[in-house]
Amino acid sequence: MCTVCGCSEGEARVNGQVHTHGEHSHDEHTHSHAHDHSHGHDHSHSHNHSNGHEHSHSHSHEHSHEGAHHYGQGPARAHVPGMSQSRMVQIEQDILGKNQRYANQNRVKLQNKGIFSLNLVSSPGSGKTTLLTRTLHDLKEQHAMSVIEGDQETSQDAQRIRETGAPAIQINTGKGCHLDAHMVGHAIEKLEPETGSLLFIENVGNLVCPAAFDLGEEHKVAILSVTEGEDKPIKYPDMFHAASIMLLNKVDLLPYLDFDVEQCIAYAKQVNPRIKVLKVSAKSGEGMQDWYQWLTLNQQSQMLGVETASQKPIASTKNMADAQHITEQADG
Amino acid sequence: MHEMSLCEGVLQVIEDAAKAQSFDKVKTVWLEVGSLSGVEIKALEFCFEVVCRNSVAHDAALEIIESPAQAWCMQCAESVVINQRYDPCPMCEGHQLQVTGGDEMRIKELEVV
Repeated sequence: MCTVCGCSEGEARVNGQVHTHGEHSHDEHTHSHAHDHSHGHDHSHSHNHSNGHEHSHSHSHEHSHEGAHHYGQGPARAHVPGMSQSRMVQIEQDILGKNQRYANQNRVKLQNKGIFSLNLVSSPGSGKTTLLTRTLHDLKEQHAMSVIEGDQETSQDAQRIRETGAPAIQINTGKGCHLDAHMVGHAIEKLEPETGSLLFIENVGNLVCPAAFDLGEEHKVAILSVTEGEDKPIKYPDMFHAASIMLLNKVDLLPYLDFDVEQCIAYAKQVNPRIKVLKVSAKSGEGMQDWYQWLTLNQQSQMLGVETASQKPIASTKNMADAQHITEQADG
Repeated sequence: MHEMSLCEGVLQVIEDAAKAQSFDKVKTVWLEVGSLSGVEIKALEFCFEVVCRNSVAHDAALEIIESPAQAWCMQCAESVVINQRYDPCPMCEGHQLQVTGGDEMRIKELEVV
């Protein structure tokens, strides 16, 4: 398609003798333009390839004045009216491409050390930090864990995390509404998480923007509390689509609320058929064992194939049995 | 807020391209925005103007190419067009859909001087 006027065939060809060409006539407009060709002829062509590299070359031209001069082969696929001085530069670049490159670096770095990393996303007040501090407290005997905390301002959350004994780094995004992979990359460098550990990245409380920014994590974990309303998954579909697992938090409050759990899960599956849903209460501890099992199993599989200085068996027979149990539950 | 940082991303790509391909001014920017990309076009246009002020893309026109969302329906084994992530398959009304396109945000090309 012609990117100038949108017509389907933009290849304007100009034949002929005289170089005061031409009439690039599309259906609805006609125009002429002066072209500064000194017939002699040294002119440079620069053209862009869609694969991203550019090269320009000068060459002298023998104009036989018989052949066709093709102005439709440039990126615009048309000779553009009134634009003899300008040119088209084809970019074809993802706006988030830069973030994606940083995210890929983070992912490789973490995977090489068998670190299982999670990006925790939710709206403000869903209980992310409480869920996290309880997890850190309950699993501290079994796993090495560290935390990257994202908030617009204050380091109160990192402080709450450090009180559990886990190393934590606070990122303040200032005006930003999400963490990006570059910030997280720096935080990982500083934090130096251990081989085979769990890394939790607590994103800024926001169900919109963090969905679009890959940080290099293995999974996004969406936390939704039952005080929020069961239609959140379809109100904020991007986030629930990006998440691999949804923790339905504060289920201890269900007796006091009109929250429809089945409907909520149905909505979540509607935007993401593959999402796994666990019902938990970080306060009462209900359902938390399933979450811990999920973490442990994933961390173990993350370690498979990772070479460590001291190889230790990663899965005991008991855990394998538990894994079987979980799989059956998931299938059911 | 989010559109603001996207526009900053766009400007960064433009500035990198300006250096690499030596141009001084951008007249038009073509962006391809998928309907599932979560980008609010009006907000994007507003932010674009603000972010590009006094830059190589000062006063540049922003042309948005909206691309529709596509999904693969596992039941029908066909590619279908959807409007939102939670839409059912227009053919079988099922939700076994895998989104295959429409979440892109790309800078297609620039008209430069």
